[in-house]
Amino acid sequence: MAEFLIETIGLPIWLAWTCIAGLSAVLILNVIAGGALVFIWAERKIAARIQDRLGPTRTGGRFGWLQSLADGIKLLAKEDLMPDGADALLFRLAPYVSFCASFCAFIALPFAFDTVGQRLNVGVFFVVAVLGLEVFGVILAGYASASKWSLFGAMREAAQVVSYEVPLGMCVVVPVMLAGSMDLVTIGEKQAGWATNWFIFHDPFTFIIFWVYCTCAIASVNRAPFDLAEAESELVAGFHTEYSGLRWSFFFMAEYGSMFLVSALAAILFLGGWNGPIPVSELLGLSDGVSATDPFALRIVGCMNLFLKATAGVLLMMWIRWTLPRLRIDQVMTTCLKYCTPIAAAMFLGVMLWQLFLPGGLVAGSFRAAAGVREGWLEQSYRKESADEESLSVKTLSRHVFEVSR
Amino acid sequence: MNQASFGISVSLFASIDWHGFFFLLFAAIACVAALMVVLSNNVVRMALHLVLSLGATAGLFFLAGAEFVGAMQLMIYVGGTLVLLVFGVMLTAQTQLVSLRTPAGDRVIASILAAALLAVLVQAAFSIESWQKPGQGMVSAPTATPLGMALVGVRVDQHAEEGLLAPKSGYLLPFEIVSVHLLVVLIGAAYLARAKRRRVPRPVDLVASVDSVEPRSSGNSSTTILSGGSE
Repeated sequence: MAEFLIETIGLPIWLAWTCIAGLSAVLILNVIAGGALVFIWAERKIAARIQDRLGPTRTGGRFGWLQSLADGIKLLAKEDLMPDGADALLFRLAPYVSFCASFCAFIALPFAFDTVGQRLNVGVFFVVAVLGLEVFGVILAGYASASKWSLFGAMREAAQVVSYEVPLGMCVVVPVMLAGSMDLVTIGEKQAGWATNWFIFHDPFTFIIFWVYCTCAIASVNRAPFDLAEAESELVAGFHTEYSGLRWSFFFMAEYGSMFLVSALAAILFLGGWNGPIPVSELLGLSDGVSATDPFALRIVGCMNLFLKATAGVLLMMWIRWTLPRLRIDQVMTTCLKYCTPIAAAMFLGVMLWQLFLPGGLVAGSFRAAAGVREGWLEQSYRKESADEESLSVKTLSRHVFEVSR
Repeated sequence: MNQASFGISVSLFASIDWHGFFFLLFAAIACVAALMVVLSNNVVRMALHLVLSLGATAGLFFLAGAEFVGAMQLMIYVGGTLVLLVFGVMLTAQTQLVSLRTPAGDRVIASILAAALLAVLVQAAFSIESWQKPGQGMVSAPTATPLGMALVGVRVDQHAEEGLLAPKSGYLLPFEIVSVHLLVVLIGAAYLARAKRRRVPRPVDLVASVDSVEPRSSGNSSTTILSGGSE
C-alpha cells in the first residue's frame, strides 16, 4: 500500500510510510477499542442469560446495545482518584503499560494473508513475549496503589502468569513444529483447504493440546476461573481496587484486547486462521491456491473468518467465566504444574513422534511408510543381485557378513 | 514559487531517515533509563527504568532486523527477570528498599567496574572498520533460521564452500553444555525448594504406637515417651 502512495499519489517515501504506519496503528486501536465495546455488552448479556436474567434491555432501544457506550461516558465523567500513599508516577503509568503490551502484540498478528501490521519471521514468539509484558502493568498497579488488597492481587497475578507461561509456550511450539515456521502468516497458510487441514485435526495429540492451550490462555489473560488477581469476594477488586474512571477502563480494554488476541492466536495456530472450513474460493476458481495474488475481497473474507473464530473463542471464555467457580491459588498452581505442563510435554513428544513416523496423516502416512519399507527392501535386493554378478568371493564375503550381522 | 518551496520541502523531508531517527530515539531512551537505574533510590523505580532500558535495547534489535534476539530480550529480561525482581521486592519487607543508600565504597568499586566495561566497549566499537548506516543492514532474510541451524551444528551463514556439515562448525557442544547446566540449576532449585520431611515423629504417632503395644508396657513408660516426643 505504501508503494501505491509513493507511485500513484507521489508522496515522499517517509511520508507514505508514516501514513501507512499511522493507518495500521489506528486500525489496530479500533479493533481493540471497538472489540472491547462489543465484548463488554456481549458479556453482560451472556452473563445475564446464564444466570437466568435479561441483562441490559433499555439503553439504545432494544437489547441494550448502547450499554457499553453509556458505561464509557460514565467512566469518562468519573472522578480520577489516587490514594495518598500511592507512588504517583507508577500509579499513573501502570494502566498504559498494560494497554501498550496488549496493543503491541497486535502488531505481529495477521488478520488475513499479508494483512498484518508487521510481518515478523518470529511472529508467534513475539506475540507470546509481548503478551507476557502485560503482567508488568498489573504488578506496578498493585505495588503503586499502597493498598494491601492491590498488593495481594498483583502478587497472585505475577505468580500465576509466570507459571502459566511455561505450558503456554509448549502448546505454542506444537503448531510451529507442524508448520516448520514461527511466522504466523506461514502457519495460517499451511492450514488452507478443507477443515481437516487445520492443525487441531492433525492428530490426536494436537487435539488434546488445543484444550491445554485454551486453559493456559484463559489463565494467562487472567479470566475466571483464574481471576485470582481481582477476586472480588476476597480482595475487594484485586490489583485495580484503587483505580477509577478512565485509568480503570484502560485495564479493562487491555484485558479484552488480550482475550481477543489469545483467541485469534488460537484460531491461527490451531483452527486454520483466515481459512474457512470449506475452501469456497478455490472451489469456485476465484483463487489458484496462491493467496498472495488473491483479490481484495478474499482478504476481507479472510479477516471475517478470523474475526468469527476469535469471537467464538472470546464467547467460550465468557461461557466458562460465568459457569465455573473461581479456583483457589493452590488449585491454580496444581492445574499448571501437575496437569497442564506434563500434558503439554507429553503431547509435544507425541506430536514429534507422529511427525517422525506418520508425517502425512494416519492413512497416507501408513501408506507412505509401507512404500518406504518396500523401497528399502527393493534397494537391498538390488544390491544383492549386483553383488551376485560381480564375483563369487565378494558374494560369499557379503553373505558371510550378512549372516554374522544377523 | 510554490513549486520551488514544495521541492525544497520534499528534499528536506526526504532526508528524514526513520531508521536513524528511531536508532537515536531508542539509544537515548536506553542510555537515560540506564542512568536513572543507577541514580534512583527506590527499587521498584529502578526496575521500571530497567524495563525501559531493556525495552529500548529490544527496539534496537528489532530495528537491526534481529527480531528473534529482540523478542528474546523482551521475554527473558522484561517478562521474566524483572517480573520476578519486583515480585521478590513485594514479598519482602518494603521499607528498607524504598530508599536505598549505597555506601561510598560500593560506589567507587562500581564506578571502576563500569569504567572498565565502558573502555572495553568503546574499544570494541571503534575497532570495527566500517559501520553500516542504519537501514542498510536491514535484511529480509529470516534471522531465526541460521541461529537455530548454528545451534544444532550447521553454520549456514559460513562455510558454504567447505560443506555445511563440516565438523566444529556450529555451536552444538556449547548449546548442549548450557542445556545440561540449566537442567542442573532447575533440579537444584526444585531440591532446595522442596517440602522438608519431618524427621521427628509426631507425638500422635508415638501415642498410637504405644497404644498398640499397651498390653506389654506399663502406663508410666508411655507417658515418658509422649513427653520425650513432644519436647
